Amino acid sequence: MILVFCELKDGQLRKPSAEALSEGRRLADASGKQLGALFVGASCAGAADAARYGADAILTAEGGTLASYSSDAFAQVVADAVKDKGATVLLAAATAVGKDVAPRAAARLAAGYASDVTGLTMVDGKLQAVRPVYAGKAFATTSFASAVQVATTRPNVFPAAEKAGTGATESLLAPTGDFKSVVKEILAKAGGKVDLSEANVIVSGGRGMKDGANFKILEEFADAIGGVVGASRAAVDAGWGLPHSMQVGQTGKVVSPTLYIACGISGAIQHIAGMSGSKFIVAINKDSEAPIFKLASYGIVGDLFEVVPELTKAAKAMGIGTN
Amino acid sequence: MKILVALKQVPDTESRIKVAADGRSLDPADVKWITSPYDEYALEEAIRIKEAKGAEVVALSVGTDAAKDVLKNALALGADTAVLLKGDGQGDAFAVAQMIAAYVKDKGFDLILCGNKGLGGDNAAMGPMLAELLGVAQANVVVKLELGDGTFSAERETDGGSELVVGALPAVITAQKGLNEPRYASLKGIMAAKKKTIEELDAAPAVAGAQVSALALPPERPAGRKLEGEPAAQAQALLQALKDEAKVF
Repeated sequence: MILVFCELKDGQLRKPSAEALSEGRRLADASGKQLGALFVGASCAGAADAARYGADAILTAEGGTLASYSSDAFAQVVADAVKDKGATVLLAAATAVGKDVAPRAAARLAAGYASDVTGLTMVDGKLQAVRPVYAGKAFATTSFASAVQVATTRPNVFPAAEKAGTGATESLLAPTGDFKSVVKEILAKAGGKVDLSEANVIVSGGRGMKDGANFKILEEFADAIGGVVGASRAAVDAGWGLPHSMQVGQTGKVVSPTLYIACGISGAIQHIAGMSGSKFIVAINKDSEAPIFKLASYGIVGDLFEVVPELTKAAKAMGIGTN
Repeated sequence: MKILVALKQVPDTESRIKVAADGRSLDPADVKWITSPYDEYALEEAIRIKEAKGAEVVALSVGTDAAKDVLKNALALGADTAVLLKGDGQGDAFAVAQMIAAYVKDKGFDLILCGNKGLGGDNAAMGPMLAELLGVAQANVVVKLELGDGTFSAERETDGGSELVVGALPAVITAQKGLNEPRYASLKGIMAAKKKTIEELDAAPAVAGAQVSALALPPERPAGRKLEGEPAAQAQALLQALKDEAKVF
Protein backbone atom coordinates (compact mmCIF):
# COMPACT_ATOMS: atom_id res chain seq x y z
CA MET A 1 0.00 0.00 0.00
CA ILE A 2 0.94 3.60 -0.59
CA LEU A 3 -0.20 5.54 2.46
CA VAL A 4 -0.78 9.30 2.43
CA PHE A 5 -0.98 11.27 5.67
CA CYS A 6 -3.78 13.79 5.06
CA GLU A 7 -4.82 16.99 6.80
CA LEU A 8 -8.25 18.52 7.21
CA LYS A 9 -9.04 22.19 7.69
CA ASP A 10 -12.54 23.13 8.83
CA GLY A 11 -13.73 19.65 7.88
CA GLN A 12 -12.30 19.88 4.37
CA LEU A 13 -9.38 18.07 2.83
CA ARG A 14 -6.50 20.54 2.52
CA LYS A 15 -5.36 21.25 -1.03
CA PRO A 16 -1.73 20.14 -0.44
CA SER A 17 -3.12 16.84 0.90
CA ALA A 18 -5.32 16.43 -2.20
CA GLU A 19 -2.19 16.97 -4.30
CA ALA A 20 -0.25 14.34 -2.33
CA LEU A 21 -3.16 11.90 -2.68
CA SER A 22 -3.38 12.47 -6.43
CA GLU A 23 0.33 11.77 -6.79
CA GLY A 24 -0.09 8.72 -4.54
CA ARG A 25 -2.88 7.47 -6.82
CA ARG A 26 -0.62 7.85 -9.84
CA LEU A 27 2.21 5.92 -8.13
CA ALA A 28 -0.23 3.24 -6.90
CA ASP A 29 -1.51 2.73 -10.44
CA ALA A 30 2.03 2.56 -11.78
CA SER A 31 3.07 -0.09 -9.28
CA GLY A 32 -0.18 -2.04 -8.85
CA LYS A 33 -0.62 -0.97 -5.23
CA GLN A 34 -3.55 0.18 -3.13
CA LEU A 35 -3.81 3.81 -2.02
CA GLY A 36 -4.63 4.55 1.61
CA ALA A 37 -5.45 7.94 3.12
CA LEU A 38 -4.67 8.40 6.80
CA PHE A 39 -6.36 11.01 8.99
CA VAL A 40 -5.43 11.75 12.61
CA GLY A 41 -7.33 14.00 15.01
CA ALA A 42 -10.17 14.46 17.48
CA SER A 43 -12.60 14.42 14.59
CA CYS A 44 -11.91 13.18 11.09
CA ALA A 45 -15.24 14.35 9.65
CA GLY A 46 -14.51 15.21 6.05
CA ALA A 47 -12.08 12.31 5.56
CA ALA A 48 -14.48 10.79 3.02
CA ASP A 49 -13.24 13.53 0.66
CA ALA A 50 -10.11 11.44 0.13
CA ALA A 51 -12.14 9.02 -2.03
CA ARG A 52 -12.53 11.83 -4.58
CA TYR A 53 -8.78 11.72 -5.10
CA GLY A 54 -8.58 7.99 -5.55
CA ALA A 55 -8.19 6.54 -2.04
CA ASP A 56 -9.03 2.84 -1.91
CA ALA A 57 -8.97 2.90 1.88
CA ILE A 58 -9.59 5.72 4.35
CA LEU A 59 -8.00 5.14 7.74
CA THR A 60 -8.97 7.34 10.63
CA ALA A 61 -7.28 7.55 14.02
CA GLU A 62 -9.81 9.55 16.02
CA GLY A 63 -9.63 10.35 19.68
CA GLY A 64 -9.79 13.10 22.26
CA THR A 65 -6.08 12.68 22.95
CA LEU A 66 -5.40 13.79 19.37
CA ALA A 67 -7.36 17.04 19.56
CA SER A 68 -4.12 19.05 19.63
CA TYR A 69 -1.20 18.23 17.40
CA SER A 70 1.60 16.31 19.10
CA SER A 71 4.75 15.46 17.12
CA ASP A 72 5.50 12.24 18.97
CA ALA A 73 1.88 11.03 19.17
CA PHE A 74 1.16 11.71 15.50
CA ALA A 75 4.45 10.13 14.42
CA GLN A 76 3.57 7.05 16.44
CA VAL A 77 0.10 6.77 14.89
CA VAL A 78 1.49 7.27 11.38
CA ALA A 79 4.33 4.75 11.84
CA ASP A 80 1.95 2.19 13.39
CA ALA A 81 -0.44 2.59 10.44
CA VAL A 82 2.43 2.01 8.00
CA LYS A 83 3.43 -1.18 9.84
CA ASP A 84 -0.17 -2.31 10.26
CA LYS A 85 -0.96 -2.00 6.60
CA GLY A 86 2.41 -3.17 5.39
CA ALA A 87 2.72 0.08 3.44
CA THR A 88 6.00 0.54 1.59
CA VAL A 89 5.56 4.21 0.67
CA LEU A 90 4.45 6.97 3.03
CA LEU A 91 3.64 10.40 1.64
CA ALA A 92 2.58 13.65 3.29
CA ALA A 93 2.30 17.18 1.97
CA ALA A 94 5.26 19.39 2.92
CA THR A 95 3.13 21.58 5.20
CA ALA A 96 4.04 22.71 8.73
CA VAL A 97 2.56 19.49 10.14
CA GLY A 98 3.72 17.24 7.29
CA LYS A 99 7.33 18.41 7.65
CA ASP A 100 7.11 17.93 11.42
CA VAL A 101 5.60 14.45 11.51
CA ALA A 102 7.05 12.75 8.41
CA PRO A 103 10.78 12.75 9.33
CA ARG A 104 9.96 11.64 12.87
CA ALA A 105 7.78 8.80 11.56
CA ALA A 106 10.52 7.91 9.06
CA ALA A 107 13.09 7.57 11.86
CA ARG A 108 10.63 5.40 13.79
CA LEU A 109 10.36 3.15 10.73
CA ALA A 110 14.13 3.23 10.04
CA ALA A 111 13.12 4.57 6.64
CA GLY A 112 14.82 6.92 4.23
CA TYR A 113 13.18 10.30 3.83
CA ALA A 114 13.04 12.82 1.00
CA SER A 115 11.54 16.19 1.89
CA ASP A 116 9.73 18.74 -0.22
CA VAL A 117 9.93 16.66 -3.40
CA THR A 118 8.86 17.97 -6.80
CA GLY A 119 8.91 14.66 -8.68
CA LEU A 120 8.25 11.03 -7.79
CA THR A 121 8.55 7.77 -9.71
CA MET A 122 8.54 4.09 -8.90
CA VAL A 123 11.72 2.33 -10.01
CA ASP A 124 11.87 -1.46 -9.51
CA GLY A 125 9.10 -1.23 -6.94
CA LYS A 126 10.85 1.47 -4.93
CA LEU A 127 10.22 5.16 -4.72
CA GLN A 128 12.64 7.57 -6.37
CA ALA A 129 12.35 11.27 -5.68
CA VAL A 130 13.55 14.47 -7.29
CA ARG A 131 13.86 17.37 -4.89
CA PRO A 132 15.28 20.86 -5.02
CA VAL A 133 18.49 21.37 -3.05
CA TYR A 134 20.40 24.59 -2.39
CA ALA A 135 16.90 26.14 -2.41
CA GLY A 136 16.37 25.23 -6.03
CA LYS A 137 19.81 26.05 -7.41
CA ALA A 138 20.05 22.33 -8.17
CA PHE A 139 17.88 19.23 -8.20
CA ALA A 140 18.86 15.98 -6.50
CA THR A 141 17.56 12.58 -7.48
CA THR A 142 17.12 10.62 -4.26
CA SER A 143 17.18 6.82 -4.17
CA PHE A 144 16.14 4.82 -1.16
CA ALA A 145 17.92 1.96 0.55
CA SER A 146 15.17 1.23 3.09
CA ALA A 147 12.19 -1.13 2.84
CA VAL A 148 9.83 1.76 3.58
CA GLN A 149 10.26 5.05 1.72
CA VAL A 150 8.96 8.36 3.05
CA ALA A 151 8.54 11.65 1.19
CA THR A 152 6.79 14.99 1.60
CA THR A 153 5.40 16.64 -1.53
CA ARG A 154 5.92 20.33 -2.18
CA PRO A 155 2.59 22.19 -2.35
CA ASN A 156 1.54 23.60 -5.72
CA VAL A 157 3.69 21.21 -7.74
CA PHE A 158 1.60 18.04 -8.13
CA PRO A 159 -1.83 18.62 -9.69
CA ALA A 160 -4.83 17.64 -7.56
CA ALA A 161 -6.71 15.36 -9.93
CA GLU A 162 -10.12 14.01 -9.05
CA LYS A 163 -10.47 10.27 -9.58
CA ALA A 164 -13.09 8.27 -7.71
CA GLY A 165 -11.78 5.63 -5.33
CA THR A 166 -13.68 3.07 -3.29
CA GLY A 167 -12.74 4.78 -0.02
CA ALA A 168 -13.47 1.87 2.31
CA THR A 169 -13.26 3.29 5.83
CA GLU A 170 -11.43 1.77 8.77
CA SER A 171 -10.85 3.09 12.29
CA LEU A 172 -7.46 2.87 13.94
CA LEU A 173 -6.72 3.01 17.64
CA ALA A 174 -5.78 6.40 19.05
CA PRO A 175 -2.94 6.51 21.61
CA THR A 176 -3.98 6.98 25.22
CA GLY A 177 -2.01 10.11 25.97
CA ASP A 178 1.07 11.08 27.99
CA PHE A 179 2.77 12.71 25.03
CA LYS A 180 6.17 14.34 25.12
CA SER A 181 4.96 17.57 23.55
CA VAL A 182 1.68 19.04 22.43
CA VAL A 183 0.39 22.21 20.77
CA LYS A 184 -1.15 24.22 23.59
CA GLU A 185 -2.39 27.21 21.66
CA ILE A 186 -2.72 28.55 18.13
CA LEU A 187 -1.09 31.98 18.42
CA ALA A 188 -1.69 33.39 14.97
CA LYS A 189 -3.76 32.14 12.11
CA ALA A 190 -3.09 32.67 8.45
CA GLY A 191 -6.41 34.52 8.27
CA GLY A 192 -8.22 34.37 4.98
CA LYS A 193 -4.96 34.41 3.06
CA VAL A 194 -3.07 31.34 1.97
CA ASP A 195 0.54 30.85 2.97
CA LEU A 196 3.23 31.89 0.49
CA SER A 197 4.30 28.28 -0.02
CA GLU A 198 0.79 27.38 -1.20
CA ALA A 199 -0.02 30.61 -3.07
CA ASN A 200 -0.82 30.49 -6.76
CA VAL A 201 0.13 34.13 -7.33
CA ILE A 202 2.78 36.06 -5.39
CA VAL A 203 3.52 39.77 -5.62
CA SER A 204 6.89 40.41 -4.00
CA GLY A 205 8.72 43.59 -3.08
CA GLY A 206 12.42 44.25 -2.62
CA ARG A 207 14.77 47.04 -1.67
CA GLY A 208 13.22 49.16 -4.42
CA MET A 209 10.05 49.49 -2.31
CA LYS A 210 12.03 52.00 -0.18
CA ASP A 211 9.81 51.55 2.89
CA GLY A 212 7.53 49.00 4.55
CA ALA A 213 4.53 51.31 4.26
CA ASN A 214 4.88 51.25 0.47
CA PHE A 215 3.99 47.55 0.49
CA LYS A 216 0.40 48.82 0.59
CA ILE A 217 0.46 49.23 -3.20
CA LEU A 218 1.56 45.60 -3.54
CA GLU A 219 -1.26 44.53 -1.19
CA GLU A 220 -3.77 46.39 -3.34
CA PHE A 221 -2.46 44.82 -6.52
CA ALA A 222 -2.30 41.35 -4.93
CA ASP A 223 -5.87 41.70 -3.67
CA ALA A 224 -7.02 42.67 -7.17
CA ILE A 225 -5.53 39.55 -8.77
CA GLY A 226 -6.02 37.09 -5.91
CA GLY A 227 -2.36 36.98 -4.86
CA VAL A 228 -0.30 37.00 -1.68
CA VAL A 229 2.48 39.49 -0.87
CA GLY A 230 6.07 38.39 -0.28
CA ALA A 231 9.38 40.19 0.19
CA SER A 232 13.07 39.77 -0.52
CA ARG A 233 15.65 39.34 2.24
CA ALA A 234 16.89 42.88 1.58
CA ALA A 235 13.40 44.22 2.34
CA VAL A 236 12.87 42.04 5.42
CA ASP A 237 16.31 42.89 6.83
CA ALA A 238 15.94 46.63 6.12
CA GLY A 239 14.12 47.25 9.40
CA TRP A 240 10.86 48.19 7.72
CA GLY A 241 8.83 46.04 10.09
CA LEU A 242 8.17 43.24 7.60
CA PRO A 243 7.92 39.81 9.25
CA HIS A 244 10.35 37.05 8.30
CA SER A 245 7.37 34.87 7.34
CA MET A 246 7.08 37.11 4.24
CA GLN A 247 10.62 36.38 3.09
CA VAL A 248 11.14 34.53 -0.15
CA GLY A 249 14.62 33.13 -0.78
CA GLN A 250 17.18 30.62 0.35
CA THR A 251 16.89 31.64 4.00
CA GLY A 252 13.14 32.23 3.75
CA LYS A 253 10.32 30.51 1.94
CA VAL A 254 11.01 28.58 -1.22
CA VAL A 255 7.98 29.08 -3.42
CA SER A 256 6.65 27.68 -6.68
CA PRO A 257 3.55 29.66 -7.66
CA THR A 258 2.09 29.86 -11.15
CA LEU A 259 2.91 33.57 -11.23
CA TYR A 260 5.62 35.48 -9.35
CA ILE A 261 5.74 39.24 -9.75
CA ALA A 262 9.01 40.75 -8.49
CA CYS A 263 8.77 44.47 -7.80
CA GLY A 264 11.97 46.39 -7.09
CA ILE A 265 13.90 43.14 -6.61
CA SER A 266 17.31 43.02 -8.28
CA GLY A 267 17.63 39.24 -8.16
CA ALA A 268 20.36 38.22 -5.73
CA ILE A 269 21.36 34.56 -6.04
CA GLN A 270 19.79 33.67 -2.72
CA HIS A 271 16.47 35.28 -3.75
CA ILE A 272 16.41 33.62 -7.14
CA ALA A 273 17.02 30.31 -5.42
CA GLY A 274 13.76 30.74 -3.57
CA MET A 275 11.50 31.61 -6.50
CA SER A 276 13.00 30.25 -9.70
CA GLY A 277 10.57 27.32 -9.54
CA SER A 278 7.74 29.73 -10.40
CA LYS A 279 5.99 28.96 -13.68
CA PHE A 280 5.87 32.57 -14.88
CA ILE A 281 8.03 35.37 -13.54
CA VAL A 282 7.38 39.06 -14.03
CA ALA A 283 10.07 41.60 -13.16
CA ILE A 284 9.37 45.27 -12.58
CA ASN A 285 12.56 47.23 -12.00
CA LYS A 286 14.06 50.60 -12.81
CA ASP A 287 17.43 49.06 -13.62
CA SER A 288 17.28 47.37 -17.01
CA GLU A 289 20.50 45.49 -16.13
CA ALA A 290 19.03 43.90 -12.98
CA PRO A 291 19.75 40.12 -12.98
CA ILE A 292 16.06 39.38 -12.30
CA PHE A 293 15.29 40.22 -15.95
CA LYS A 294 17.31 37.17 -17.05
CA LEU A 295 14.66 34.97 -15.44
CA ALA A 296 11.61 37.00 -16.29
CA SER A 297 8.96 35.72 -18.69
CA TYR A 298 7.85 39.35 -18.90
CA GLY A 299 9.90 42.38 -17.93
CA ILE A 300 8.90 45.96 -17.33
CA VAL A 301 11.73 48.48 -17.05
CA GLY A 302 10.16 51.31 -15.14
CA ASP A 303 9.27 52.92 -11.85
CA LEU A 304 7.29 50.42 -9.80
CA PHE A 305 5.53 53.28 -8.00
CA GLU A 306 4.01 54.23 -11.35
CA VAL A 307 3.59 50.77 -12.85
CA VAL A 308 2.06 48.87 -9.90
CA PRO A 309 -0.89 51.27 -9.35
CA GLU A 310 -1.55 51.12 -13.11
CA LEU A 311 -1.57 47.32 -12.86
CA THR A 312 -4.09 47.44 -10.02
CA LYS A 313 -6.27 49.82 -12.04
CA ALA A 314 -6.03 47.71 -15.19
CA ALA A 315 -6.68 44.45 -13.31
CA LYS A 316 -9.85 45.90 -11.82
CA ALA A 317 -10.95 47.29 -15.21
CA MET A 318 -10.35 43.93 -16.89
CA GLY A 319 -12.10 42.05 -14.08
CA ILE A 320 -9.09 39.80 -13.60
CA GLY A 321 -8.81 37.17 -10.90
CA THR A 322 -7.01 33.86 -10.89
CA ASN A 323 -9.01 30.86 -11.90
CA MET B 1 21.65 22.53 32.52
CA LYS B 2 23.53 20.86 29.70
CA ILE B 3 22.93 21.96 26.11
CA LEU B 4 24.12 20.40 22.87
CA VAL B 5 24.18 22.53 19.73
CA ALA B 6 24.51 20.59 16.48
CA LEU B 7 26.15 22.66 13.74
CA LYS B 8 26.52 21.97 10.05
CA GLN B 9 28.99 23.38 7.58
CA VAL B 10 27.30 24.44 4.34
CA PRO B 11 28.05 26.44 1.17
CA ASP B 12 27.47 30.19 1.50
CA THR B 13 24.10 31.41 0.15
CA GLU B 14 25.81 33.44 -2.57
CA SER B 15 27.58 30.34 -3.92
CA ARG B 16 26.96 29.31 -7.48
CA ILE B 17 26.30 25.60 -7.52
CA LYS B 18 28.34 23.41 -9.84
CA VAL B 19 27.95 19.66 -10.18
CA ALA B 20 31.10 17.58 -9.61
CA ALA B 21 32.42 15.09 -12.14
CA ASP B 22 30.68 12.19 -10.35
CA GLY B 23 27.33 13.70 -11.34
CA ARG B 24 25.92 13.38 -7.86
CA SER B 25 27.75 15.78 -5.59
CA LEU B 26 28.63 19.42 -5.31
CA ASP B 27 31.83 20.61 -6.95
CA PRO B 28 33.63 22.13 -3.95
CA ALA B 29 35.85 24.42 -6.05
CA ASP B 30 35.22 28.13 -5.37
CA VAL B 31 32.67 27.32 -2.67
CA LYS B 32 32.92 29.40 0.49
CA TRP B 33 31.89 27.39 3.53
CA ILE B 34 29.92 28.81 6.42
CA THR B 35 27.96 27.64 9.45
CA SER B 36 24.39 26.99 8.36
CA PRO B 37 22.57 30.25 9.25
CA TYR B 38 19.78 28.46 11.12
CA ASP B 39 22.40 26.75 13.29
CA GLU B 40 23.70 30.20 14.24
CA TYR B 41 20.32 31.00 15.81
CA ALA B 42 20.51 27.68 17.67
CA LEU B 43 23.98 28.47 19.03
CA GLU B 44 23.02 32.02 20.00
CA GLU B 45 19.99 30.71 21.91
CA ALA B 46 22.20 28.27 23.81
CA ILE B 47 24.64 31.03 24.75
CA ARG B 48 21.78 33.28 25.89
CA ILE B 49 20.40 30.49 28.11
CA LYS B 50 23.89 30.02 29.54
CA GLU B 51 24.18 33.74 30.27
CA ALA B 52 20.70 33.96 31.80
CA LYS B 53 20.62 30.88 34.00
CA GLY B 54 23.93 29.10 33.63
CA ALA B 55 24.51 26.12 31.37
CA GLU B 56 27.21 24.02 29.83
CA VAL B 57 27.16 24.42 26.06
CA VAL B 58 28.67 21.70 23.88
CA ALA B 59 29.04 22.44 20.16
CA LEU B 60 29.02 19.41 17.88
CA SER B 61 29.49 18.84 14.19
CA VAL B 62 29.61 15.76 12.00
CA GLY B 63 32.03 15.72 9.11
CA THR B 64 35.63 15.91 8.04
CA ASP B 65 38.44 18.07 9.45
CA ALA B 66 37.05 21.01 7.45
CA ALA B 67 34.09 21.20 9.85
CA LYS B 68 36.52 22.27 12.60
CA ASP B 69 36.12 25.86 11.36
CA VAL B 70 32.48 25.77 12.39
CA LEU B 71 33.43 24.45 15.84
CA LYS B 72 36.23 27.01 16.33
CA ASN B 73 33.73 29.73 15.55
CA ALA B 74 31.26 28.22 18.05
CA LEU B 75 33.96 28.22 20.74
CA ALA B 76 34.78 31.84 19.96
CA LEU B 77 31.11 32.74 20.33
CA GLY B 78 30.79 31.11 23.75
CA ALA B 79 30.44 27.33 23.52
CA ASP B 80 32.33 25.67 26.40
CA THR B 81 33.55 22.63 24.52
CA ALA B 82 33.43 21.28 20.97
CA VAL B 83 33.15 17.79 19.55
CA LEU B 84 33.78 16.63 16.00
CA LEU B 85 32.22 13.32 15.04
CA LYS B 86 34.48 12.29 12.22
CA GLY B 87 32.87 10.75 9.19
CA ASP B 88 33.05 11.12 5.45
CA GLY B 89 30.28 13.71 5.49
CA GLN B 90 28.31 11.66 2.95
CA GLY B 91 25.47 10.32 5.09
CA ASP B 92 21.84 11.40 4.81
CA ALA B 93 19.90 13.11 7.60
CA PHE B 94 18.97 9.74 9.09
CA ALA B 95 22.61 8.61 9.26
CA VAL B 96 23.68 11.90 10.86
CA ALA B 97 20.82 11.64 13.38
CA GLN B 98 22.03 8.13 14.32
CA MET B 99 25.60 9.37 14.79
CA ILE B 100 24.51 12.24 17.00
CA ALA B 101 22.05 10.05 18.93
CA ALA B 102 24.86 7.56 19.66
CA TYR B 103 27.00 10.41 21.03
CA VAL B 104 24.21 12.04 23.04
CA LYS B 105 22.94 8.90 24.75
CA ASP B 106 23.56 8.80 28.49
CA LYS B 107 25.41 12.14 28.53
CA GLY B 108 22.59 13.92 30.33
CA PHE B 109 21.77 16.68 27.86
CA ASP B 110 18.64 18.64 28.81
CA LEU B 111 18.34 20.44 25.53
CA ILE B 112 19.51 19.85 21.98
CA LEU B 113 19.43 22.80 19.62
CA CYS B 114 20.03 22.89 15.89
CA GLY B 115 18.79 24.75 12.83
CA ASN B 116 15.37 23.86 11.42
CA LYS B 117 17.19 22.84 8.28
CA GLY B 118 20.72 22.67 7.00
CA LEU B 119 21.09 25.24 4.27
CA GLY B 120 21.63 23.48 0.96
CA GLY B 121 20.49 19.95 1.77
CA ASP B 122 17.22 21.56 2.84
CA ASN B 123 16.00 18.31 4.37
CA ALA B 124 14.61 19.76 7.60
CA ALA B 125 14.84 16.19 8.88
CA MET B 126 17.83 15.68 11.19
CA GLY B 127 16.22 17.37 14.23
CA PRO B 128 12.96 15.42 14.28
CA MET B 129 14.81 12.18 13.45
CA LEU B 130 17.21 12.75 16.35
CA ALA B 131 14.26 13.45 18.69
CA GLU B 132 12.64 10.18 17.66
CA LEU B 133 15.85 8.15 18.03
CA LEU B 134 16.36 9.60 21.50
CA GLY B 135 12.68 9.24 22.38
CA VAL B 136 12.36 12.89 23.41
CA ALA B 137 10.10 15.83 22.60
CA GLN B 138 10.59 18.08 19.58
CA ALA B 139 9.58 21.55 18.48
CA ASN B 140 10.55 22.66 14.99
CA VAL B 141 10.89 26.02 13.24
CA VAL B 142 10.95 27.79 16.60
CA VAL B 143 10.98 31.60 16.83
CA LYS B 144 10.64 31.92 20.63
CA LEU B 145 11.78 29.58 23.38
CA GLU B 146 11.16 29.62 27.12
CA LEU B 147 12.41 27.03 29.57
CA GLY B 148 10.69 26.06 32.79
CA ASP B 149 11.52 23.47 35.41
CA GLY B 150 11.99 20.41 33.23
CA THR B 151 9.68 21.85 30.61
CA PHE B 152 9.81 24.04 27.54
CA SER B 153 7.41 26.32 25.77
CA ALA B 154 8.17 27.14 22.15
CA GLU B 155 6.50 29.31 19.55
CA ARG B 156 6.84 27.75 16.13
CA GLU B 157 5.98 28.97 12.63
CA THR B 158 3.20 27.15 10.84
CA ASP B 159 1.61 27.65 7.42
CA GLY B 160 1.09 31.40 7.56
CA GLY B 161 0.60 31.43 11.35
CA SER B 162 2.21 30.28 14.56
CA GLU B 163 1.49 27.97 17.48
CA LEU B 164 2.71 27.35 21.01
CA VAL B 165 4.22 23.93 21.67
CA VAL B 166 4.73 22.82 25.27
CA GLY B 167 6.60 19.74 26.33
CA ALA B 168 9.04 18.03 28.63
CA LEU B 169 12.82 18.27 28.64
CA PRO B 170 14.99 16.81 27.31
CA ALA B 171 13.89 18.05 23.93
CA VAL B 172 15.18 18.77 20.45
CA ILE B 173 14.41 22.34 19.39
CA THR B 174 15.11 23.47 15.81
CA ALA B 175 15.68 27.17 15.31
CA GLN B 176 14.16 29.53 12.77
CA LYS B 177 15.22 33.05 11.80
CA GLY B 178 13.62 35.42 14.29
CA LEU B 179 14.52 33.35 17.37
CA ASN B 180 17.25 35.87 18.20
CA GLU B 181 19.89 38.09 16.64
CA PRO B 182 23.19 36.20 16.62
CA ARG B 183 26.22 38.07 17.96
CA TYR B 184 29.61 38.41 16.36
CA ALA B 185 32.61 36.80 17.99
CA SER B 186 34.61 39.19 20.17
CA LEU B 187 38.39 39.41 19.92
CA LYS B 188 38.57 38.06 23.49
CA GLY B 189 36.36 35.14 22.47
CA ILE B 190 38.49 34.38 19.43
CA MET B 191 41.69 34.44 21.53
CA ALA B 192 40.14 32.21 24.20
CA ALA B 193 38.91 29.75 21.55
CA LYS B 194 42.46 29.33 20.26
CA LYS B 195 43.46 27.79 23.57
CA LYS B 196 40.65 25.25 23.48
CA THR B 197 40.90 21.90 21.76
CA ILE B 198 38.25 20.20 19.71
CA GLU B 199 37.50 16.68 20.86
CA GLU B 200 37.64 14.33 17.88
CA LEU B 201 35.72 11.08 17.91
CA ASP B 202 34.96 8.54 15.22
CA ALA B 203 31.28 8.77 14.34
CA ALA B 204 29.28 5.69 15.32
CA PRO B 205 28.37 3.38 12.46
CA ALA B 206 25.10 4.42 10.85
CA VAL B 207 22.79 3.19 8.12
CA ALA B 208 21.64 5.71 5.53
CA GLY B 209 18.02 5.50 4.43
CA ALA B 210 18.44 7.44 1.24
CA GLN B 211 21.17 8.75 -1.00
CA VAL B 212 21.58 11.26 -3.79
CA SER B 213 22.03 9.32 -7.01
CA ALA B 214 22.19 12.35 -9.32
CA LEU B 215 22.57 16.10 -9.00
CA ALA B 216 21.56 18.40 -11.85
CA LEU B 217 21.16 22.09 -12.45
CA PRO B 218 17.64 23.35 -13.19
CA PRO B 219 16.75 23.72 -16.88
CA GLU B 220 17.35 27.14 -18.40
CA ARG B 221 14.26 29.30 -18.39
CA PRO B 222 12.94 30.24 -21.83
CA ALA B 223 13.84 33.77 -22.89
CA GLY B 224 11.32 36.38 -21.86
CA ARG B 225 10.40 39.70 -23.39
CA LYS B 226 10.31 43.28 -22.22
CA LEU B 227 7.12 45.30 -22.42
CA GLU B 228 7.59 48.83 -23.71
CA GLY B 229 5.62 52.05 -23.47
CA GLU B 230 4.17 54.29 -20.78
CA PRO B 231 3.34 52.71 -17.42
CA ALA B 232 -0.38 52.43 -18.25
CA ALA B 233 0.38 50.76 -21.59
CA GLN B 234 2.95 48.43 -19.97
CA ALA B 235 0.43 47.45 -17.31
CA GLN B 236 -2.25 46.74 -19.91
CA ALA B 237 0.16 44.74 -22.08
CA LEU B 238 1.37 42.67 -19.11
CA LEU B 239 -2.07 41.66 -17.91
CA GLN B 240 -3.16 40.89 -21.46
CA ALA B 241 -0.10 38.67 -21.99
CA LEU B 242 -0.63 36.88 -18.67
CA LYS B 243 -4.25 36.29 -19.65
CA ASP B 244 -3.81 35.28 -23.29
CA GLU B 245 -0.32 33.76 -23.51
CA ALA B 246 0.41 32.48 -20.02
CA LYS B 247 -3.27 31.84 -19.29
CA VAL B 248 -2.67 32.64 -15.63
CA PHE B 249 -5.96 34.48 -15.31
